[in-house]
Amino acid sequence: MMKAHPMTTRLDATRRNPLPRAMRSPILQILACFALSGLGMSSAQADGSRMPTKILPSYTAECAACHTAYPPGMLPAKSWQRIMKGLDQHYGSDASLDAQTVANIGQWLQTHAGSYKRVAEEPPQDRLTKSAWFERKHRKIDAAVWQLPSVKSAANCAACHTGTEQGFFDDDHLQRPAGLSARQSRAWND
Amino acid sequence: MRLMNLNTFAAGRLWALAGLCALQAFTAQAANTTPAQQLAHWTAEAGAPAKAERGQALFNQRHGGEWSCASCHGTPPTAQGKHASTGKVIAPLAPAFNTRSLTDTAKTDKWFKRNCKDVLSRECSAQEKADVLAYLINLKP
Repeated sequence: MMKAHPMTTRLDATRRNPLPRAMRSPILQILACFALSGLGMSSAQADGSRMPTKILPSYTAECAACHTAYPPGMLPAKSWQRIMKGLDQHYGSDASLDAQTVANIGQWLQTHAGSYKRVAEEPPQDRLTKSAWFERKHRKIDAAVWQLPSVKSAANCAACHTGTEQGFFDDDHLQRPAGLSARQSRAWND
Repeated sequence: MRLMNLNTFAAGRLWALAGLCALQAFTAQAANTTPAQQLAHWTAEAGAPAKAERGQALFNQRHGGEWSCASCHGTPPTAQGKHASTGKVIAPLAPAFNTRSLTDTAKTDKWFKRNCKDVLSRECSAQEKADVLAYLINLKP
């Protein structure tokens, strides 16, 4: 797991207050520079990881057993609440868990749920891939690309986003999925 | 003073290493059983001997739904599988190909419950679980 730096807190927090108080100290700034260079990142990638600094182990163990460990900040609290209430019918699959694990994961998701304005809206079926921000960000992706065997669905972030596991979804962490046609490949460059 | 600092540094690293190892042990699935013990348990629950061929048939059939066990685990399930809808990689299911497979009762129970519901639209019987376990245990390199 990647070590988090002071700016990898929460999506909304970093946007509202790009320079937290602690970061204004020159000593801490120097330390932060070292930390950033240590992670092989430049300040140009300052939007940082979308994952919370501390990832609940049961979130990884249970949820990421079947799918991407989606950053909790990509869905609003209400959506997570509904998802955790209906795990026995979870997008076409039975994902039921014991009550204690449901409570623990649910609590963690509530704590880290998205509150930044673009995530505040509850997407249809509580699918983050149906969020307005998600569709806008992916509007140039040909519909057929999502159907490629190497992609399978829009929920498979890692098919293109190589930093998915660490929560990096910026343009510097992208790969072309296998099987892109020449035309689809060209659109990729736009 | 410098030497002391180095010592503290080394000690710190040692503790960090110990912590990492402990974390590894903690997050790794707690092995509290063996595939053979689970087979014995479900065979006793069923009250009849397990049949690997029956387990194999159950594993590969679609039972009227969209998926079979093999849809995600592959057939035979001796190599990495792939989740049928998300594409997420699944470790080999047959214990001879994955030492961690079927070594935790809670985990095995959880997945039997979920996956039988997904494939058969109901929970599996003790006999069915014993048969599938017999099939999986019989798969050898």
